[in-house]
Amino acid sequence: MSDVLDSAAVQHLMLVPVLLPLLVAAWMMLLGEERHRLKMALNVGSCAVLLAVSSTLLLRAAQEGAANALGVYLPGNWQAPFGIVLALDRLSALMLVLTSLLALAASVFACARWHRAGVHFHPLFQLQLMGLCGAFLTADLFNLFVFFEVTLAASYGLLLHGSGRARVLAGMHYIAINLAASALFLIGVSMLYGLTGTLNMADLAQHIPTLPDADRGLLHAAAGILATAFLIKAAVWPLNFWLVPAYSAATAPVGALFAIMTKLGIYAILRLWTLLFGAEAGASAQFGSQWLLGAGLLTMAFGAVGMMGSQRLGHLAGYAALVSSGTVLAASSFGQNLLTAGMLYYLPGSTLAVGALFLLGDVLDRWRSPNQGADPYEQEDEEAPFLNARLEHTRGFNLDENEDALVGRPIPAATAFVGLAFMGCTLMLAGMPPLPGFLGKFAMLSALLNPLGLAASAGQQPGLAGWTFLAVLIVSGFLALTALVRVGIAHFWASQGRRPLRVGLAEGLPIGALLLACVLLAVAAGPALHFTQAAADALYAPRGYVQAVLGAEPVPSSAAGSTPSEPGEKTP
Amino acid sequence: MELTLALAIGVLTGSGVWLLLRPRTFQVIMGLSLISYAVNLFIFSMGRLGLATGKEPVLHAGVPQDLAHYTDPMPQALVLTAIVIGFAMTALFLVVLLASRGLAGTDHVDGAEPPEGDGPDDEGLAP
Repeated sequence: MSDVLDSAAVQHLMLVPVLLPLLVAAWMMLLGEERHRLKMALNVGSCAVLLAVSSTLLLRAAQEGAANALGVYLPGNWQAPFGIVLALDRLSALMLVLTSLLALAASVFACARWHRAGVHFHPLFQLQLMGLCGAFLTADLFNLFVFFEVTLAASYGLLLHGSGRARVLAGMHYIAINLAASALFLIGVSMLYGLTGTLNMADLAQHIPTLPDADRGLLHAAAGILATAFLIKAAVWPLNFWLVPAYSAATAPVGALFAIMTKLGIYAILRLWTLLFGAEAGASAQFGSQWLLGAGLLTMAFGAVGMMGSQRLGHLAGYAALVSSGTVLAASSFGQNLLTAGMLYYLPGSTLAVGALFLLGDVLDRWRSPNQGADPYEQEDEEAPFLNARLEHTRGFNLDENEDALVGRPIPAATAFVGLAFMGCTLMLAGMPPLPGFLGKFAMLSALLNPLGLAASAGQQPGLAGWTFLAVLIVSGFLALTALVRVGIAHFWASQGRRPLRVGLAEGLPIGALLLACVLLAVAAGPALHFTQAAADALYAPRGYVQAVLGAEPVPSSAAGSTPSEPGEKTP
Repeated sequence: MELTLALAIGVLTGSGVWLLLRPRTFQVIMGLSLISYAVNLFIFSMGRLGLATGKEPVLHAGVPQDLAHYTDPMPQALVLTAIVIGFAMTALFLVVLLASRGLAGTDHVDGAEPPEGDGPDDEGLAP
């Protein structure tokens, strides 16, 4: 790919993930609501282009050596600490591909019926993509805030898409907690600015080791406040009670896209923590790792118990997102590059599986109650579709009595497809072989037990934290398996007396594609793990990132009379 | 000046947090607004040269152009962005609040009145 695209073209390609969704959204706003077919095509087309661009960027980032696997773009043509910077390394490229893949699947799924449930679905979808991509690309704390807010503003609209009492109530809680989190974000950012005089992440990383001891406490307070804002977004216990009602009340494609939103908080923590509090941060090195570990473990436990306690697929997918989020956070808190490599391999697979489960849940809910309109879950008894208040099964659930009727009955193709897809999600989320859920967990556990690599770790013990993580990881996987299998039995085996399931192409294709991506991730596990290993190594050697960002030279101005040191105008 | 500003931020934040925890949606939105005012003042106070009282905010003829004679422009840019975003978000929250009031018939944050004698005794709007 690199021989086709020269370096300059790739540089400008970095802007596409931010500019394309913004322009497409602006265009769609100008189109009337009756042009929904054109909007649909634009939305899906933009997501497809985005996937192609981010895949190109990923291949580019994977190809180059460890030293220069970083694209830096100066949008205002000012040098780094003064102007704003976009930086692309392996981690951001990975997140971009993940976002665009999930977005493509969700946008195709929405074309089946959900995009007509309200107005402005497609522009909001594109704006959310712009915010997500921008947040993954920016190398500047305040732009991170702005892109977070773009993402959140679009997500408020998307969450309320379709309206209905459940969505408005969940949306109100979601907006309130995110506004409070934004206030914390601003406090943390301004404290960091007050202490160091910069908001550029690379410049911050340089200032922190040389900070006077008197300011160390303030720095830690600022980092803690900032991290709280990110942890709310990452839905870490006890800051996550908003997530399950909000995600399960949202329409299915929106829920699937939101699966990446918790990972945005994780990404921000991982990026800032490795840059600001890495091994080179002097007295502040590894600040807060115990908190991250504890929060991650509690989130995993909470999510696993929540999965056991829920029967609705929307709730189940929400709790699965919590388990995935907690696992990723706990794994990254150890600060070991091998463990982080396994975690980065686990992250895309589990995110895709959670997204697929949201989409699958919509198909299955419609199968179970075909007369439901665009406002599901209004009824009081919807909390527990299969059990009544006395925990007895509400409908025919006895498999043994009707055994003869089950033998030899053909399974319709749509039911078989949905059943297989549900099984795929179960294997992914529970971490069973052969899908990447298992491989990722295996890579993490292997790194935990052999922190210096397989051959070089004789005599290394994981310690109490390591053993706890190992136990929680395995037990949460087991609980997830139990919960998903139970719901699967209720949906697929005890499904007498329902009309046959019909799955349209626009609904089957995205679910199949998401799971196919998981299978491909398992097939290409070797190259993928090499890639995540390189990404993790680069994270724990922040010097390369710092030098690349601060060393980026502005393009000399070609206009007569203006010198590179005095550009005409600065992008605000 | 420092004491006045610190007290103002503290009072605004304290009132904001208290209101945020109240059961009525209007109290919540007032709380969020007060917190955002407090945060904006806080960002101002985080300029690199202290509170910079009595200095020019924009370029002025005859004043040497360095930071010793001007306020730190960075917090102003941050505050401006934060105000715009906070304003838009508050407006959106107001719409959602009204929608929730219309759909649920109550202004309680949970969309339903708590049972009698359970919880704070705030008088809600009659449904």
